[in-house]
Amino acid sequence: MREIFNYFKSIFFALKSLWTGMKVTGAYFFKPWKIVTQQYPENRKKLKMYERTKGELVMPHNDKNEHQCTACGICQINCPNGTIEVKSVTVETADGKKKKALNKYIYNLGMCTFCGLCVKTCPSDAIVFSNKFEHAVFNKEKLVKTLNKEGSTLKKGAE
Amino acid sequence: MAEEIIIPEADNQEISINMGPQHPSTHGVLRLVLSLKGEMVQKVEPHCGYIHRGIEKMTESMTYQQIIHLTDRLDYLSAHMNNAAVCLAVEKALDIEVPERVKVIRTIMDELARIASHQLWWCSFGMDLGGLTCFFYGLRDREKILDIFEETTGSRLIQSFYCPGGLMADLNPNFQKKVKDFIVYFRKILPEYDELLSGNIIMMERAKGIGKMSKEDAISYGMTGPSGRGSGFSCDVRKHHPYHAYDKVKFNEVLRTEGDTYSRYMVRIDEMRESMNIIEQLIDNIPAGDFAVKMKPIIKLPEGEYYQRVEAARGEFGVYIISKGEKNPYRMKFRSPNFCNLSALDTLTRGHKIADLVAIGGSLDYVIPDIDR
Repeated sequence: MREIFNYFKSIFFALKSLWTGMKVTGAYFFKPWKIVTQQYPENRKKLKMYERTKGELVMPHNDKNEHQCTACGICQINCPNGTIEVKSVTVETADGKKKKALNKYIYNLGMCTFCGLCVKTCPSDAIVFSNKFEHAVFNKEKLVKTLNKEGSTLKKGAE
Repeated sequence: MAEEIIIPEADNQEISINMGPQHPSTHGVLRLVLSLKGEMVQKVEPHCGYIHRGIEKMTESMTYQQIIHLTDRLDYLSAHMNNAAVCLAVEKALDIEVPERVKVIRTIMDELARIASHQLWWCSFGMDLGGLTCFFYGLRDREKILDIFEETTGSRLIQSFYCPGGLMADLNPNFQKKVKDFIVYFRKILPEYDELLSGNIIMMERAKGIGKMSKEDAISYGMTGPSGRGSGFSCDVRKHHPYHAYDKVKFNEVLRTEGDTYSRYMVRIDEMRESMNIIEQLIDNIPAGDFAVKMKPIIKLPEGEYYQRVEAARGEFGVYIISKGEKNPYRMKFRSPNFCNLSALDTLTRGHKIADLVAIGGSLDYVIPDIDR
């Protein structure tokens, strides 16, 4: 007798526990405004990333096409993966001194692990991370980018 | 005339089959060679190395600042804690005292990462047992923590936020408000987890009494973290060897003595509550001050050997550095919790069914990149 009672008791508790779980899912079924799914490709225009999001490395230029990179190469030394290559040329300034200037700042996005050491160690704040995160391209050569723009020069007073 | 099909000695034959490396319930590229008698598991032989990247060797050619970005690729779900271990070891070697602000922020970040990790574990554990609903509910709440991380650190999963001597950046102004909102939200939502899975009859039948591990065995296998504490092994590094600001907060070490899959499950659920307690005590009184100590651009550790352990989400994570006084470590060894927990899988599953192996594996919560390094 006791065994039969326990048998039905266990069935009752099993059904009750299943009902408890179904109640949670059922509650969300009738409250669709509580669902938080982002419709990603459709909401691209409204999508706003956080300010610090590490999307890709960029070199900001002002409206006179000037950057702040002095080609010191500290970012290149600090990068753990050899992502950055700073190619510099020696130029002669007006008063006859020889100085290093930036020729090409090559950044390989495919090798970057977004550790942020280059931005942190840069003494002249020449590079920052932008929020652009859609990196898909058709071949990997396109991931190697030149960050300084064509014909850009060093900003005056940034030496 | 139906012919009688006779399979010679089929009942007594041991069959060995492969589970993985491409199998969803092994949570990564883990290959298990099972010896089966019928459906009963006789022996489990884990074969590691499918995602071996040689991180320990790679660290030997890197400076201490650069090592940080590799350690969060070990156990990617407890990236903050792994980074903390390296930072604390370097700070211990150089005898640097970091500001109070750094300690408190590191504690909060570690606990947030622990909650996020346990949430993802809850998702995948539910899915291992066949409950797909858990996956959506867990990830919905984890998203909120990842948003908090993204706003302050810039990344969601692999943050690289700590550096020897402090933090990479200061907190975002919204950080405190967002964390407080999250705690209020998650306290309301956590009972939902219990309703959905903890009290579910199917889950209880599949977890209770499955994969028993005695305290003695847990200690001899070196099972740490929630898996070890489910067997009654008091092994919380935060409690026994406090680092960061853990000596200033009050929290309980969650212990359960049954040692089965269900107790390992409940330890993790209760740990989420404890983590919220820790965050609540600290979030309102983050001391003002610098977010980092000024360090030399090239850190050279004095000659010697240094060891630092922290409590990662899956157990005790240790970093062992041998320095010859150069800017790179001579040798760096990681004591990863998952490797030791995996070694207990054979004992846990012996005599159970294959379906129980999936449940036990889910309750151990291994992350494969941490095992293979």
